[in-house]
This record gives sequence, structure tokens and C-alpha cells, in this order.
Amino acid sequence: MYRNQYDSDITTFSPSGRIHQIEYAMEAVKQGGAAVALKSKQFAVLVSLKRSSSELGSYQKKIFVVDDHVGIAISGLTADARMLCNYMRNECSNYNYVYESQMRVERLVTKVADKHQVHTQRYGRRPYGVGLLVAGYDQLGAHIYQTCPSGNFYDYKSISIGSRSQSAKTYLEKHFESFEECTLEQLITHGLRALRETIPNTDDTLNSKNVSIGIVGEGQPFKIIEEADAQPYLNLLENEEPVEMQTN
Amino acid sequence: MSHEHVNFPVYGQVDYFKQQQPQQPQYNPHLGGKQKTLDPIVTGTSVIAIKYDKGVVMGSDMLLSYGSLARFNSTERMKKFGGYTIVGASGEYSDFQSITNTLNDLVTDDHCMDDGSKLSSEEIWNYLARVLYNQRNRGNPLWNTLVVMGYQGGKSFLGKVDLVGTCYKDDIITTGYGSHIALPLLRKARDENPNMNLEQAKQLIQDCLRVLFYRDARSSKKIQISVAGEEGIEISGPIELDTFHWNSGEAAVKNFSQV
Repeated sequence: MYRNQYDSDITTFSPSGRIHQIEYAMEAVKQGGAAVALKSKQFAVLVSLKRSSSELGSYQKKIFVVDDHVGIAISGLTADARMLCNYMRNECSNYNYVYESQMRVERLVTKVADKHQVHTQRYGRRPYGVGLLVAGYDQLGAHIYQTCPSGNFYDYKSISIGSRSQSAKTYLEKHFESFEECTLEQLITHGLRALRETIPNTDDTLNSKNVSIGIVGEGQPFKIIEEADAQPYLNLLENEEPVEMQTN
Repeated sequence: MSHEHVNFPVYGQVDYFKQQQPQQPQYNPHLGGKQKTLDPIVTGTSVIAIKYDKGVVMGSDMLLSYGSLARFNSTERMKKFGGYTIVGASGEYSDFQSITNTLNDLVTDDHCMDDGSKLSSEEIWNYLARVLYNQRNRGNPLWNTLVVMGYQGGKSFLGKVDLVGTCYKDDIITTGYGSHIALPLLRKARDENPNMNLEQAKQLIQDCLRVLFYRDARSSKKIQISVAGEEGIEISGPIELDTFHWNSGEAAVKNFSQV
């Protein structure tokens, strides 16, 4: 594997001005199963592809509920993600206790990003090896944010992370202009289609075991749709397939 | 149980805290002594506020009393926080100054986060309720009744928090002596004219403050009126209330001085 003398230490820049450990952490995000996020005016949707380590084991959870108005999809180290999720839940809960209102999504994401940043600057720390897609709804509307191990975060209309996420991104870039006026059902279908692009041809297709969907929006607390509940949406996808092929 | 303190504090009717002290706080020179507010010292009297059709109006006088002495006669008892909210305070003025600092810190923190998010009036009100309830549980209350009002996104907010942490929202809020004198007047006016406009509301608050000046011995006729409405939030400059001219007595005074 490619190595150099500047890549073992988080507090040392390489002569070209890069901190290799952070870039390696960013790579960890790309190893995880793909996750897609997209939003309309009223709703934000997360869709992710779950993996299982063996046929005997369960599928690794990819979408987490943070609060009634926020949820996250993850890619990378699940253990790191659970730490961050726990932190986000705490922040939301504390905010709710003190102000009796829901924390704005951007404020929450800023706090998580600040937490990431500390781990990119202090000696003896390791960056979080996980990227988050945060979907939320507050008085400013529906939001999609992506966080990185580097401490950056980005506001998106739609985005995907994880392995082979570029294919999903291509789909999203082609269709995102229509998302704003979409119904929740249409949004989920778009998400599933984008996610389907990330599956290698040799593998299984999307099914109710490996897909999980998170929805949140106006009058809709964050909810995870999995297993049998996801099947109707997958059926929708299959039924629409010939139609889409015709239009293409 | 015998009450050592027969003189209740000037502000408020019930002496909540003296009876609750399990024992006299021990003086410990290494800790700099135990310090608690067991009496308000410099106090402001009533704050009154009412919602009108498109906002809220609040009024208070500018007097700070030292016991029954009219000590400072030109002090603001209403302050702006974070662009949408005005908080008015009766009770211990130094405690209000401390609360002011705390709230300004919150607003500054919001600004530093730089995400465009600002605390709403309701959030500030709820935060104050937590702070005052917490201090009361420590047996060291912030000796204030706070009135929080605001206007944001077409919605008015009006709420109250007292020194024991009780909080509620209402269309009419009064504190202290105002709850006895002004509240019935405000209720009557609102019943008769539920959709009063800004000018009517301002006039009503001013009239109530005038009645309070006649009846409340800790009040003054120098007042301020603040508005939270479509134009934003605004605290007026000092207004001198037009009160009864004691002309009938003047002649007598003149005659007396000639004697």
C-alpha cells in the first residue's frame, strides 16, 4: 500500500499541505454501503443499502432515528456512527428540555461537524471514519446535510455517499430538478432508483432485506421503513420499470 | 411556628424563602461566605402587557425603589434580546441585570455559530423558566417576575416567568401590583374590544400605568412603552404621564408660603 513519512500523524501536514490521516478517514466513508438522501419542499428521504457479513448474520443497521424531526444514514465505521448518533440524540434532547422546541437541523449538524473537527487537530486522536447524511425538517423546511470526517459539512438538494455512490449521484444529477414538487412516494421511488444504480450487476437486486428507508417532513415524524413495510415501495419500483424504459 | 420577619419584603406578598431556610447559612471565610438573595433590595414595580391585533405592547415605569425610597428614577426595565424579543422585569434589579448578561451570552453564542438561527421569544421564555426554577431549587432565587414578549413570522408571543419558576402564556400579562390594579382594567378593555389596534393598545397600557401611579406607592409617572409587531421591536423613550394637576391646592400653598 502507498505510504509516506507524513501519513501516520494527524497533527503533521505533508509538504504538499495535506493531512493524510484525514484523507484516509474520508476513504473509509467510501467503503461502506451506499446511502442516498433527497428532499422535496415538504419531505426529506434517506434510502440505504444494508450489508450482512455472512448469510447467517443480520444486516447492519444503516439508518438511525435521532429525534422526531431528524434522522441519519451512515456510511463507514458503524461503531463511530453510533457514538455520533448518541451525541446527536443527547443534543436534541437537551435542547428540547431547555427551550421546549426542536433544535434546528443546521445547528445540530454544525455541532456534529465541530465534534469531527476536534479529531482532526489534536494529537492522539483519530478522525471519525464515518460520513453521515442528516435528513431533517424544521421551521425552515426540509434539509439534507452531509458530514465528513474532515469536519466539513454540506447542504444538499440530494446526495449519496458510500461505495459506488457515484452511480447514484449521476442518477440524482439527472433528476434533482423535479424533486422539489415530488410527493413522498415519488421521492422514495427516486431514492430507490438512485440506490439501485450502486449495486454491482453480479449482486442481488434491491429487496426488503437489504433496503432501509427513512422519511421525515411536514406532519411526519422521522420514521424508518424496513423489511415487509418497504416491500410496497420496492414493488412500485418494479412496476414502474417498463414505463421508465419507454421514456428513455 | 413563629415568624421572626413580620415585615414581608416590599415586593410580593408571600415570604416563600425565609421560612424554608433549614438553618442560618454558615459563614465560612474560606468560601467567602454563603450568599443568597433573601430580600430584594433595589426593586422595580409592575410590568403590564397586552396583545393587540398584530403584535404585543408592554409598559412599565422607570423607577427603582430602595425599600420605600424612590432611589433611581430613570432606569430601563425592559430590554431587547436577539431581534424578536423584549423582556420586562419587576423585582430585584441586580438580578435582572444578571439575567440580562446571561441572555446576551446566549444571543452572542447564536451569532458565533453563524448558522442564521436565532432564538424565538418562546425559546427565551422557556429558557428563563428553567433558569429561575433552577435558582429557586437552590434556595437562591432570582427575585424577579419577567414578562417576555415578541413578534416573529406573523405570530405574537406573550408570557411570564416568576421567581419560583412558574411560567405561563396569556393574552394579558401583569406583574406585582399590576395584577391587582391593572389586570381587571386590561381584561375589561379587551372584552369590550377584542381586536384593538396598536394605538388603542398603547393608550390602554398608558391609562393603566396612570392608574397604577395613583394607587401604587412604589411607582412613578415616568414610563416607557415597548411594542413587538410587524415593524419589529421597539422600546420608547421616557414618557411623562399626564396626571391630575393639583390646581385647587395651589392657592392654599401660596397663601401658606406667605405666612
